[in-house]
Amino acid sequence: MRLNGSQLVMEVLLEHGVDTVFGYPGGTALNLYDALYEYQGKIRAVMTAHEQGASHAADGYARATGKTGVCIATSGPGATNLVTGIATAFMDSIPLVAITANVPDSMIGKDAFQEVSISSIVIPVTKHTFFVNRIEDLEDALFNAFRIANSDRKGPVLVDITKDVTAAEINRKPRKPMPVNPVPTFSDEALHSVATMINKAEKPVIYCGGGVAACEAGEELLALMDKADIPAAHTLMSAGVVGYDNPKNLGMAGMHGSIAANRAFDRADLILAFGTRFSDRVALNPDKFGKRALKVQVDIDASEINKNVIVDLGIQADVKDFLIKLLPLVKKKSHPEWLDLATGWKTTTGDVKSGDAELHPSEILHTICDLTDKDTIYVTDVGQHQMWSAQYLKHEHTKQFITSGGLGTMGYGYGAAIGAQIARPDCRVIHLTGDGSFHMNLNEACTAVSEELPITTVLLNNQVLGMVYQWQGIFYGNRYSSTDPHRKTDFVKLAEGFGAKGYSAKTPDEFEAAFRDALTQKGPVWIECAIAKNEYVYPMIPGGGTIEDMIIG
Amino acid sequence: MDKTERSEILSILVVNEPGVTARLGSLFGRRGFNIDSFTASPTNDPKLTRITIATTGDDRKFDQILTQTAKQEFVKTIDIMGKKSIYRELLLLKVKATKKERSEIREIVEIFRGKIVDLSKQSMIIEVTGSSAKIDGFMNMMSCYELIDVCRTGVTGINRGDAGISDSTDED
Repeated sequence: MRLNGSQLVMEVLLEHGVDTVFGYPGGTALNLYDALYEYQGKIRAVMTAHEQGASHAADGYARATGKTGVCIATSGPGATNLVTGIATAFMDSIPLVAITANVPDSMIGKDAFQEVSISSIVIPVTKHTFFVNRIEDLEDALFNAFRIANSDRKGPVLVDITKDVTAAEINRKPRKPMPVNPVPTFSDEALHSVATMINKAEKPVIYCGGGVAACEAGEELLALMDKADIPAAHTLMSAGVVGYDNPKNLGMAGMHGSIAANRAFDRADLILAFGTRFSDRVALNPDKFGKRALKVQVDIDASEINKNVIVDLGIQADVKDFLIKLLPLVKKKSHPEWLDLATGWKTTTGDVKSGDAELHPSEILHTICDLTDKDTIYVTDVGQHQMWSAQYLKHEHTKQFITSGGLGTMGYGYGAAIGAQIARPDCRVIHLTGDGSFHMNLNEACTAVSEELPITTVLLNNQVLGMVYQWQGIFYGNRYSSTDPHRKTDFVKLAEGFGAKGYSAKTPDEFEAAFRDALTQKGPVWIECAIAKNEYVYPMIPGGGTIEDMIIG
Repeated sequence: MDKTERSEILSILVVNEPGVTARLGSLFGRRGFNIDSFTASPTNDPKLTRITIATTGDDRKFDQILTQTAKQEFVKTIDIMGKKSIYRELLLLKVKATKKERSEIREIVEIFRGKIVDLSKQSMIIEVTGSSAKIDGFMNMMSCYELIDVCRTGVTGINRGDAGISDSTDED
């Protein structure tokens, strides 16, 4: 088949099962967009308001489905606008292929109009990059990009193609995607050591990370929890692996994690860390983290072992593969005293109705849970609302809590919600945000309107940049520097301006009425919820601290 | 884990493609790994390049250097070279040398088994190869003369015996 470079890109996308790309056209991307015009019906091209939105949408699409997200941008500013989205995907190990067009090869290196070396810029935040200036190299670059994005620890790959290559012609035959790299092998000795540690432990606890969700090892993890009677705490990235109502679920660990999760790590005699990297938001003090426990770390990325916290036994393995082999070696056990103790540290969050006329974050989140079904996908931005969402939503499944964990990207939410809603039109998408984050990328509302996406945004408006405001309140003697901007945004009018629908709620009753109405709408809506500035996120362990430093609130 | 700092020579086989040194440099830079010396050159396989890096760190740092480097797409193998391997560095040095200094410099060069490769009225160029320690020793002797230019290639190395670098189990 004789194809030009742009048609070749389309064929390769189809061969990899890509049905949607998120992007924004431009001068050097004209040929790519001309091919998208030709392939409409096979590939949906979602045009966002800004390339950052496209990169977050591709990421949200990937997180909601487990497939690879694809975004396309033109050279220069188009390409640089993708960088925050690429970095977000990199930190959270999300498979993403970013395709950028560059100036023609004859103009490379001459500071041509809209020329930038994007493949150099993104080196630190990608698994790999390709710069393609020969049509003969294009197919292999794209195939390898998909292979790399999905192999080992997943992540983003960028393919930068010069404009002349997008027009050059070549013959090609249909081709199947390359297999992903084989999972790492590990020794029987390591496997048996872990089994022995579990069989001997009296106070074991599981530290479940995003890797468990990424390799879909939830079932095996639950089997281990059940067989060896082990409670589990989870990171932000693995909310939903263990259902919220599982009695052995101790909740989220870390800075704003539960008392039970953090205390269990502190008192345990064995910590089983699966698919996690002991980030500074969980192991706040790497020298004192789990100081009484033997620590086992199983991760697909060898460089994560001993990186942040020194462990007693580190094993490079795919967690699912490892757990399948481990389960038969683990003895059926029960630890009634330890379980009673650990689960006893759980605080009840059942009683959230304050009874007063004010709106409180916990009440809002409980109302949302009560009025939505189990297939709902929750997408957050970054800040206080994100932590409340992690704490109060009833996480039951993976791929349904979509949040920027490692990079903490404010403005991530709206783009990601667009990607999630397009990926899963059958699911309700609730976008939870704050006034700070929403202001960053609310321009994507126009995309949701154009694409008729019924995204319900719940905007917790405390008028301040809540999380930083909280830190300034606690640690900086109430010196509120650039966190109290006195914005006068009228969110209801703003919604109307975009062709969306806006609601404003000041009381629990108003919120519930607005939310019920919002769920009946066909297009995007948002509900501005007035909350108090002094609603802080608790519990809280300050950076570098331990359970001893926890502020309960 | 041993927290004592030590120096090691890394031998890294990478795919010969544009941007590889930038990627490796970026990795070492952003992760806080030292580069004391860096050499890159083609191998007998035109698709591959051999990069030799001299670096310092403790056990934990070397663990990170090895695993972070090994997982890069363009890296084929990475090895810490053993102490018994053969290391060489090339020095080219231009020194101010008038008639009266020439013979004493020549004496030093002979002791270090170097060569005088160019001579003019006011200066000479000296070539010395050997281990980095030998080059350091020579540089120390030459420090009392007026040096015009010093060019060192940085260290490269290969292990003894029949095994290739990555097959080697040289533990010492």
